[in-house]
Amino acid sequence: MKTETKQTVTASGTGSSEKWLRMYRGMEMIRLFEEQVNELYTRAVMPGLAHLYIGEEAVAVGICDALHRDDYITSTHRGHGHCLAKGAATDRMFAELLGKEAGYCRGKGGSMHIADPASGNLGANAIVGGSAGIATGAAFSAKHRGTKQVAVCFFGEGALGQGLLYEVMNLARLWNLPVIYVCENNMYNEYTHFSETTAGEILARPAAFGIPAESVDGQDVRAVHAAASHMIEEARAGKGPSFLLCNTYRYHGHHVGDVSREYYRAKQEEVQWKAERDPIKVLSGWLLGEKIATQAQLDEIHSQAKSEIDAAVAFALQAPYPGTDQVGEDVYA
Amino acid sequence: MPEVAVRELTMAEAVREALSEEMRRDPTVFIMGEDVAEAGTPFKVLSGMVEEFGKTRVIDTPISEPGFTGIGVGAAMTGLRPVVDIMFGDFLTLVMDQLVNQAAKVHYMSGGAWKVPMVLRTTLGASRRSAAQHSQSLHAWLSHVPGLKVVLPSTPYDAKGLLKTAIRDDNPVIFFEDKMMFRMKGPVPVGDYTIPFGLADIKREGEDISIVATSSMVQVALGAATMLEEIGISAEVVDPRTTWPLDEKTLIESAKKTSRAIVLDEGYEKYGVTAEIASVIATGAFYDLDAPVKRIGAMHVPIPFSPPLEDATIPTEKMVFEAARAMCKRG
Repeated sequence: MKTETKQTVTASGTGSSEKWLRMYRGMEMIRLFEEQVNELYTRAVMPGLAHLYIGEEAVAVGICDALHRDDYITSTHRGHGHCLAKGAATDRMFAELLGKEAGYCRGKGGSMHIADPASGNLGANAIVGGSAGIATGAAFSAKHRGTKQVAVCFFGEGALGQGLLYEVMNLARLWNLPVIYVCENNMYNEYTHFSETTAGEILARPAAFGIPAESVDGQDVRAVHAAASHMIEEARAGKGPSFLLCNTYRYHGHHVGDVSREYYRAKQEEVQWKAERDPIKVLSGWLLGEKIATQAQLDEIHSQAKSEIDAAVAFALQAPYPGTDQVGEDVYA
Repeated sequence: MPEVAVRELTMAEAVREALSEEMRRDPTVFIMGEDVAEAGTPFKVLSGMVEEFGKTRVIDTPISEPGFTGIGVGAAMTGLRPVVDIMFGDFLTLVMDQLVNQAAKVHYMSGGAWKVPMVLRTTLGASRRSAAQHSQSLHAWLSHVPGLKVVLPSTPYDAKGLLKTAIRDDNPVIFFEDKMMFRMKGPVPVGDYTIPFGLADIKREGEDISIVATSSMVQVALGAATMLEEIGISAEVVDPRTTWPLDEKTLIESAKKTSRAIVLDEGYEKYGVTAEIASVIATGAFYDLDAPVKRIGAMHVPIPFSPPLEDATIPTEKMVFEAARAMCKRG
């Protein structure tokens, strides 16, 4: 069983430059999307709650790039990055966040419940750990139906406190299900450092079920992608579940309104992560260093992404709200 | 019309026949739960099914109700039709997040994009001397949640037809079977038939008082109706069969006809199914009622173990008889 830490991947030869540029674009897109969410929320244009994924982009992008479109994911309350990386369109995402009819859930789900069958997104889930059963069930279904699909269950380290996770990990190992449990350890269960809530070693938990587990630098999209690709191949080959621990960092608060954070984490810690371990900078540094891309190319990707995000926001802002006659629709199929 | 053979089956046999016929008809249907395979459940409802369908479709699970119910939800969303077996209705407490926050809301929260065609079979009913954690009737909890459907068969005939409907429904359906009725016999047609949800059944016609009863309480209502007949009171027994969707029309019409109604259910009386149904009748038949609607449910105590104590908590034929006699001002 593999439990060693896998921090680095050999520089070249793990994929074409196109792939890395695609992932660079994917991370830029999430970053810009979330910056707009922050803006819309702060201007009181966006109702409800907004949990930003900024800082964690390499996890969603590195994993989802290794998946097929018809593979399944389940996401979390901090789910915009997963949904976008799996193939959701920015315009319908923004429309949903603003409660508009053109949104993925026709305005009935909002930020924490984006779902999209076309891209295999079984739904973001606002119960911490609540989707572990659904993801495992999708993997069960794929195996039962004899497809080669796999399921990825994204969850934060806070979900390690939920019993459901251990029940389904036990079942996934017993039944050899093609599911990858991806723990995004952004270090904070809301406003509490994970060391105050998590006994023992995280990787010892999947190991107890005989589930192969690895820890990766979640700020390095290449490391995430390499580990995920291996686990996904194993799952597709019928070798059952894996567990990937991605060590990452949440740049913003638990939600947009969580501004005064000094009581649970130091400003200096945030500054340091942003300066030294930003996932977009880590990848761009490598792309430039290896001469895979020029700064001009990266700037072009940035400005194209910016244009798409601006157009998506404009679309969502002008999109109509659902008619109140729709409130009773979709309770039952 | 071709003649359909009808024979006597127990409630357990009717449930097993419905499941087996559906599994033969549709390869996406499967059963999952604790001791469902070789053991055929502790009540032997599923005996023999693993022999026919194999262990890939009649699947024993660990004692992890939330885990395998969650797996049922995910499997239902992705092309299968799971029948999840929760051995005792009391264990619904363990799966409430998967039912209430997940299964019930997936379709709505996704704006209709995903569906959850899952059936959860479980039990209700006291009187087995099983004490407070194996005797409750918690169907009111689930009837309270938009997105779920709740089925309460009271006869083998209804059990077979309603379970087939449940399996073919594209929504999460909770199917409650009374533990005390598994050996009760009744006529069941051979072959395929379904019973629509939201359609009450008049189990006995009458003129003077309506007794609306669910599941285990239908037999109690019928027993009381026989006693009432002896003193000249004609009682109508109406079984809603599903608490959601609820056939309000039939309940109201019956009460309008008889001008009196008792609502009888084995769940706790306080804040229970009887309250909702009594309200429906009181509102819908107000101008035709000669007495306030009477509710009879389980006593507001945890179900005790000791036989005389347990028996004191559950509605009886005599209680219903006395209530009806008082309402009709006879005897």
